[in-house]
Amino acid sequence: MEALAVQALNGLASASSLFLVASGLTVIFGVSRIVNFAHGSLYMLGAYLAWTFVSHGPLAELGGFWGFWGGVLLAALAVGALGAVLEMTVLRRIYHAPELFQLLATFALVLVVQDVALLLWGADDKFGPRAPLLRGSVEILGLRFPRYELFLIAVGPVVLGLLWLLFHRTRFGILLRAATQDREMVSALGVDQRLLFTAVFFLGAALAGLGGALQLPREAVTLHMDMAIIVEAFVVVVIGGLGSLPGAFLAALLIGELHAFGILVFPRITLVLVFLVMAVVLVLRPHGLLGRAPGAPPAGEQSPPLPRPLPRGLALAAAGALAGLLLAAPFLGDYPLILLADFAVFILFAASLHFIMGPGGMASFGHAAYFGAGAYAAALLLRHLAAPMEAGLLLAPFAAGLVGLLFGWFCVRLSGVYAAMLTLAFAQIAWSVAFQWVEVTGGDNGILGVWPSEWARGRLAFFYLSVLLCGAGVLLLRRAIFAPFGLALRAQRDSPLRAEAIGIDGFRIRWLAFAYAAAFAGLAGALFAFGKGSVFPTYLGIPRSVDALLMVLLGGVQTVSGPILGAIAYAGLQEQLARLTELWRLLLGLVILALVLFFPRGLAGALAHWHDGRRERRA
Amino acid sequence: MSTPILEAEGLVKAWGGVRAVDGVSFSLAPGEMLALIGPNGAGKSTCFNMLNGQVRPDAGRVRLAGQDITGLPPRAVWRLGVGRTFQVTATFGSMSVRENVRLALLSHHRRLLGLWRPASHLHTAEAEALLERVGMAAQADRPCAVLAYGDLKRLELAMALAHAPRLLLMDEPTAGMAPAERGALMQQTAAIAREAGIAVLFTEHDMDVVFGHAQRVLVLERGRLIAGGAPEAVRADPRVRQVYLGGGHF
Repeated sequence: MEALAVQALNGLASASSLFLVASGLTVIFGVSRIVNFAHGSLYMLGAYLAWTFVSHGPLAELGGFWGFWGGVLLAALAVGALGAVLEMTVLRRIYHAPELFQLLATFALVLVVQDVALLLWGADDKFGPRAPLLRGSVEILGLRFPRYELFLIAVGPVVLGLLWLLFHRTRFGILLRAATQDREMVSALGVDQRLLFTAVFFLGAALAGLGGALQLPREAVTLHMDMAIIVEAFVVVVIGGLGSLPGAFLAALLIGELHAFGILVFPRITLVLVFLVMAVVLVLRPHGLLGRAPGAPPAGEQSPPLPRPLPRGLALAAAGALAGLLLAAPFLGDYPLILLADFAVFILFAASLHFIMGPGGMASFGHAAYFGAGAYAAALLLRHLAAPMEAGLLLAPFAAGLVGLLFGWFCVRLSGVYAAMLTLAFAQIAWSVAFQWVEVTGGDNGILGVWPSEWARGRLAFFYLSVLLCGAGVLLLRRAIFAPFGLALRAQRDSPLRAEAIGIDGFRIRWLAFAYAAAFAGLAGALFAFGKGSVFPTYLGIPRSVDALLMVLLGGVQTVSGPILGAIAYAGLQEQLARLTELWRLLLGLVILALVLFFPRGLAGALAHWHDGRRERRA
Repeated sequence: MSTPILEAEGLVKAWGGVRAVDGVSFSLAPGEMLALIGPNGAGKSTCFNMLNGQVRPDAGRVRLAGQDITGLPPRAVWRLGVGRTFQVTATFGSMSVRENVRLALLSHHRRLLGLWRPASHLHTAEAEALLERVGMAAQADRPCAVLAYGDLKRLELAMALAHAPRLLLMDEPTAGMAPAERGALMQQTAAIAREAGIAVLFTEHDMDVVFGHAQRVLVLERGRLIAGGAPEAVRADPRVRQVYLGGGHF
């Protein structure tokens, strides 16, 4: 009984930390409508900065109470200032960009911050001092409980209270709430929106920084803090309802306690449990516990342009390049062949995601789930039934398609950010299964020895096999876009009302499209597994989902050949940068930022635009 | 008299505490052209949305040619032969005019799940014939995002006709159009309906359109039907004059 009470207190302490981060995220979203992927990075920077202030420089020399608490506060303020700078330099330019572009830009910031942190603080973990006045522990129900955790438990409600006062008792807060409801109206009333938005980013970032800084006495500061916290903060914000502070608080409590007790009851599936709760909440309350349905999209949002085949000249050039590559392949070394086979896999993976994002108008943040499902299906078949590669490649799309049918049934009910988050949740569930079900999947060690059949074992043969299967996959997806199914898919995206009024079942169309795309992602995953000879849980991880997303967005969502260009550009860029420099994340992040800011239609969109412009000038 | 094509019986719908539609009953004969009029907020659109399944009534039944269709989703109502146009036009902005109609035809022929044959090879002649009927053949290749409002209304009509409907529900078919265009569109609609024996139920604010084309007029006020009958009788009804003229102040 006593142990349970202490466990509940532990849950409350983690809930407080989670709430600090989630509150910043939700405040920023409420006003700017930007889902800030880099919020976890701000949290991590808060922790690193606090470590620096507390253990180096004047504050460290001062020591004692002010040495520690001054450092924590200073770190929070510094991160807040950084947030304000980011708003002024980057985010301000993308308020009117599509949601996913905003996510892309903030993800680029994640990459940049990761390498900057590595440069400044090195790869080894940092340990902070104990907090003055809060060292040691107290006795609760006969068990020892750290004082610092008690302090943290209090921090959550105090911050919630202060934020409530800020939002309801100050002019600034009232303006913020007004801006949350109607940005145009607030600016029509003569309020300087820019200042308001910059201030919001300062506030949100400072909360994240404070959350990170307060972790100093609890845990080591590492370069992995950003991803770990951002996923949890997303879950909290989505469960609570985007933009709702009390919702975030409630959800943080729920998730904190779920972790604390989940470990006692189901130690093996705590991760699954968290995401399962999120899935259930979203299906029952599509806008979170205390969230409200988002208002109508801002005026001026146009229907995407008509998709069209590539201009003849470009199509011929592309076909020529492919033919040249196939002919030249026998003369290439092993390394380029491995690389090109990977490219083929990424192209199919990106094309499958594009199918639901472009024509379907659905965002998926968890497309790696189906890539991984295909890979694991093939690998498990090989390992447990000693089946040959051919069987694995045949089974993979069906297995991934089935997983797509199952997950898709939930995901396609929601739209926008909520749908994206639900796909993320399901991908994390799949990842947890692969990671924690060690007997079957080998857990973190993965499954090794997933090699192709004898005839395809040579690099050249496997390259041709990859090109053949991925080419066939891309062709099937492309045909589907211009076939009646693709038309119906675009119809439910363009006007759900009209689609329904001419007998189109939007849910069914979206659901089938989701599963169809999942099947091709599964084929890509299985090929990738045979190419590498192994599968790991990372195949289902968030970074891989983000890879696919980046490829599609780089290429351009509303162009049919976009994903192909995007996959080549992204995979090529990553490969080149990784070879050139240790700091490839930094460079990749900067390149993505440049693309988002200067090529909002993606590469293929920019290319088509350039082509049209040239034709017009000639005419 | 034959079975009515459409029968509404005691329809009720409340939004919050307000009864937007409060016990509305009427019927429509096959091939009849019936106008539903009333001042803003009288409940016309809510009434309409209950007829094609977009809104579920709190009470009452809707029957189509004797078959109970209450609570069916709009797509099922469409399958049973009810075409619909919207007050604010709803078309597919990323497609050309022809593709919009083609899609309605693909749905009509139950070929939406095709994954291989390009849609551009399917039902082209049929689509052009429909566009011809509404006078839009010349604009078949234009993206529908650039169409004039009146043309969008015509396109909606063509899409509604794709399923060879028995009944057309038209919510303010001429709203947002120039006065000259209004008469032309309604004449066209009336001619098509007469030719194909389609019953038409429409709501409308333009009284010229209503009294020029409707065979019968129903008047809705605050969720209740207050008058109904031949246009001349309705025009003379003192209660209708009261509602529309506000007892003298226009």
